[in-house]
Amino acid sequence: MTTYAMVIDTITCIGCGDCVVACKTENNVPEGLNRDWVVEATSGEYPNLHTEFRSERCNHCSHATCVYACPTGASHYWKDTNIVLVAAEKCTGCKACIAACPYDARLIMRPEGYIDKCTFCHHRVDEGLDPACVASCPTHCMHFGMLDNPDSIVSRLLRERRHKALLPETGNEPNVYYLL
Amino acid sequence: MIEEVLVTARHNAKIDPSLGIWTWEISVYLFLGGMTAGIMLFAAWAMLSRKREVLAFAHDRFALWAPIALSLGMTTLFLDLEHKLYVWRFYTSFEPTSPMSWGAWILVLVYPVMILQTLSTLRRGYPTLAGWLDRIPVGGWVMDLSENWRRTIAFLAIPLAVGLGIYTGVLLSALSARPFWSSGALGPLFLVSGMSTAAVIPVMVSRLKGERHFFETTDIGLIFLEVVLVSIFLISLATGAAYHLEALDLVMGGPFTEAFWLWFVVPGLLVPMVLAFLGLRGYRAFGLLASVLVLYGGFMLRYLMVEIGQVSTWTDYAIQFDPQLLERLTQ
Repeated sequence: MTTYAMVIDTITCIGCGDCVVACKTENNVPEGLNRDWVVEATSGEYPNLHTEFRSERCNHCSHATCVYACPTGASHYWKDTNIVLVAAEKCTGCKACIAACPYDARLIMRPEGYIDKCTFCHHRVDEGLDPACVASCPTHCMHFGMLDNPDSIVSRLLRERRHKALLPETGNEPNVYYLL
Repeated sequence: MIEEVLVTARHNAKIDPSLGIWTWEISVYLFLGGMTAGIMLFAAWAMLSRKREVLAFAHDRFALWAPIALSLGMTTLFLDLEHKLYVWRFYTSFEPTSPMSWGAWILVLVYPVMILQTLSTLRRGYPTLAGWLDRIPVGGWVMDLSENWRRTIAFLAIPLAVGLGIYTGVLLSALSARPFWSSGALGPLFLVSGMSTAAVIPVMVSRLKGERHFFETTDIGLIFLEVVLVSIFLISLATGAAYHLEALDLVMGGPFTEAFWLWFVVPGLLVPMVLAFLGLRGYRAFGLLASVLVLYGGFMLRYLMVEIGQVSTWTDYAIQFDPQLLERLTQ
């Protein structure tokens, strides 16, 4: 399996939300729904507070519980990669995948009722381009590439910088990383 | 240390502020699915134990209730689907890692056996209905066939009914992303609850005092077992990881405490157990009231499990995006 990863620098992210807008534009996401979002996490006790901006989305887990839970095979891995997609023509809208995602990163999308989610802009990846959110980031805090390639930007950043993934204890093996 | 989190630009319907994807349709389906399993088990047991004189209703008339209950449940399950025209997709693949896929295929096995089980008792239990069916050439033949094989059919019905009853619980417990459902006790609990809700039907409708007495006694045992399984369920959460403890808090001091204890455990388990005892002593009205409360408790179990499980989550933000904040800003 080819593993694609997204690496987001929480130091240089300013929480502008351009990634959200870029995603909505690129993927024609209907009003009121989002495939990605920005989390502003403040921790500590006043006055010693620390704020971290995180652009979040589907983690395209290597062990995606949503794929395992799908009763029809609509949730699937794209072309032997870790990119998780939903085949609309197979989706019954049973919502098992939504309940199975520990990140609550799926959404009921189209009025027709099938489930939709972040695709890592696989149509752009297929053409060798970065996902729209990464390409549009004004502070260049978002990076995308193949983890299997040791020379890729994501492999290099994860080698050189302190980082975390969200809720690794779920066992889902998420592939969106945050540089600290 | 509390992490205060504000999620910007996200308020997806049915996902935020907490999951609300499954509502009454799923609760009704799980309730009726469990009841169907119980009906099939008792009808099969009455058939195999050859106690027609004592258990006339269970032997001859009970089986017909199963396809009615399950079909109603399947209807509400269908209503829950967001992409209804694609329901047939359940049957174009088998996904071994998906309990819902197992459930879909279990139903394919359950339905024919359940229908044959009903047909094997129709002439004795519902002669008018059987008369109509006899007028159709194939109808009479199928009834003859199922009557000749009724003991084999009853034998087949037992494992399928157990599978159906357990599956309704496993459907939830397999979703590890919802800590409240992460307990192996859910499968047995839903099976026993389903049997309990089925057992009260003869208590309410059987004309034989001995049969009512038998099912009242059985139901007291099942309710007691259900109390034990609810306790095991809570203990399994209490001895779990931090996420399980947080999920347990929802019913131990959290927002669902009153609903769980005062609207389910007390009126749905404890009160009917006491009333059923009084029913056994000859107070028929108490027995009937206990039966109604058992049905209520069976539904509340599913309803609350579905509701609370969706609220329990791994992504526990202290504050989430609230559209009302925007309204305040614009005032």
